[in-house]
This record gives sequence, structure tokens and C-alpha cells, in this order.
Amino acid sequence: MRRMAGIVLAALLFACIMYAFTFVKTYDYNSSDYYYTDPIEGGKVNETVTGHYIENTKNETGAINAVTAIVVEYRGFDTLGEVTVLFTASTGVSMLLYSLHQRRKRREANLILKEGSKIVLPFILLTGAYIFIHGHLTPGGGFPGGSVIASGFLLMMVAYPKYFLKESRVSITESVAGMIFVLIGMLGLVFASYFLENFLSLGDVGRLFSAGIIPIIYIAIGFKVGAELSGIMNNLKGVEE
Amino acid sequence: MIWAIYFAIASLLAIGIYGVITKKNLMKIFISISIMETGVNLMLIAIGYIPGGTAPIENGDFTTYVDPLPQALVLTAIVIGVSVLALALVMVINYYEKNKTLEYRRLMKW
Repeated sequence: MRRMAGIVLAALLFACIMYAFTFVKTYDYNSSDYYYTDPIEGGKVNETVTGHYIENTKNETGAINAVTAIVVEYRGFDTLGEVTVLFTASTGVSMLLYSLHQRRKRREANLILKEGSKIVLPFILLTGAYIFIHGHLTPGGGFPGGSVIASGFLLMMVAYPKYFLKESRVSITESVAGMIFVLIGMLGLVFASYFLENFLSLGDVGRLFSAGIIPIIYIAIGFKVGAELSGIMNNLKGVEE
Repeated sequence: MIWAIYFAIASLLAIGIYGVITKKNLMKIFISISIMETGVNLMLIAIGYIPGGTAPIENGDFTTYVDPLPQALVLTAIVIGVSVLALALVMVINYYEKNKTLEYRRLMKW
């Protein structure tokens, strides 16, 4: 009965969504159909938001990766909120698991996994660091890089039943990275006009040392996300005996 | 080509709805919710697709780029999804410790 209802509902949803996709227009952000009102000067502006980003990312932010420019520069405050959500979740995980003292027996992993993970771990950490250091030049950034680093620690946790991260180190890394993010935003308030404004020089666009505060903030985010995800997994794994 | 992606989106959403409705195990329900979330993220990116566009990294002779705005928003959505999933899994662990079962209908009379 329930299964039949499930199949019928799923099929209906599938049909509705496929029908809805026939109305999706492939749009062109350079066409003149799009107008928005300029918030500062008033009046109509013949430009899409996307068109503005694509056209001016290089001059305005110095990053050649437009997604990074949007995440860190144009919507930097939004990213601060996003990082806060992740921080809240990791705090909630450790709080809800605090009273729970599970002691599950885990089998030892086999020799190949144990030795192999030791060899692979530095390379995983290096790849993660590469991804978030080059966030403004290549696809990727703080969030993917941090996830890669956390996956390295996950491998160690799978391979060694008694491998635990030190809680204090994880939280210190996390707090320092978060403080750097907020501090750089405040410095934008001091040296320039608004929170998270780019106060450093844009440099030579396309090089590693360019784009002002974007690489610094993304490195901080990379450390923060890596520490938070590792901490969540560390908590989910259980309590150190 | 774009229709293959639309088909994948609709399939992911349908699979997720089916799992949420029929499964009794809490873990499977949360897995279904993550599958639906993947479908929604894919939909946002697919709507920002522009035919012939490349990734929005402006370091070559390309002139057409796909829309970077949905990609930046989906980055946020993925992170929020991970946070919600982690919290949900912790609540499942607590539920299991209390009731020694992962099935929720045994305790809720409806």
C-alpha cells in the first residue's frame, strides 16, 4: 500500500518536473531583455547581474575565478554566515553527543589499509592545501579544500580504531581561522570604507599573489572547514577511552 | 545534452520522494533527503547553464561562460546540507541509544 503510494507520487513528481523543464529558456546574459533598477543612482540599467559579474570580475576583484570572486568578495558577508552555520552544526554535534559514552568494538583494519593510509595521508593533505591556496585561480577553494583535508583524517579514522584527533587542537585551529576571517573584514572597515572590502592591492591578475584579501580569506576558510568537518567526524566516531 | 541532465534531476528527486515515503528506517530516510538535495543543487546549476559556455574562469580566449551565480549559491547550499545531515545523524544516534531501534513507526502511533 505504502509502496504503491510511493511509486505513484514519485512518478507524478517526475512527470511534473520534466514538464516544468520544457518552460526553461536558455538565456543569454548579454541580451537587452533584462533590466534592473540601479540602487544608488536610480534609473534602469541594461545589464544582468551575471553579465556584470562576468565582465567586471577581473577589474574589480583581481580573481579570475568568477565563482570565488562572488563567494568571497561580492557576497563575503553571506560566506561569513555560512561558515557560522557550519560552526553551529559542529558545536551542536559535540554537544548532543557529550552525554553519550558509546564504546563500540571495532575490528583492526588489515595491513594494506593501515600502511597504505599512512603513505597516502600527506598527499591528501597537500592536495587539499593546493586546492584552497589556488582558490582564486583554479576551480575549487576553501570549502572543497577543507573537505579534502577532512577526508584524509577520515581515512586515518577508518584505518586505525584508536585514532582520535585532539579536541583542543581542532578547536584552536577553528577559532583562529574564524578570527582571521572576521579580523580581515574589520581591517576593511578601517583601511577602506566597508566590512570585508578589499584593502590590499589587486596585484598582477592571474598570479598566485594577487586578488588582495581573497586568497587570505579562502585559506582561513579552508582551515576552518577542514577542522570543523574533522571535528564532526571525530565526535561521531565515539568517545576516547 | 541538457535534457539528460534534466532527466537526472527529475530521477533524483523522484527517488528521494520514494525513499522518504516508503522507508521505515530513519537512516534511509535521511539518505533519501540527501539524494533529493543533490537533485535540487543540480537543478540550480543546470538552470544557469548557457549553451557552449565554459567554466567561469577568465583565463583564456573564451568568450561565453556559464552563469557563476548559481554555482556560488549552490556552494552555500552544499555546506548547509552537510551541517543539517550531521546534526540529523547525531539525533539518530541519540534515538537509537534511547530506543534500541532505528524504525520510527514502532514508537509513533499513526
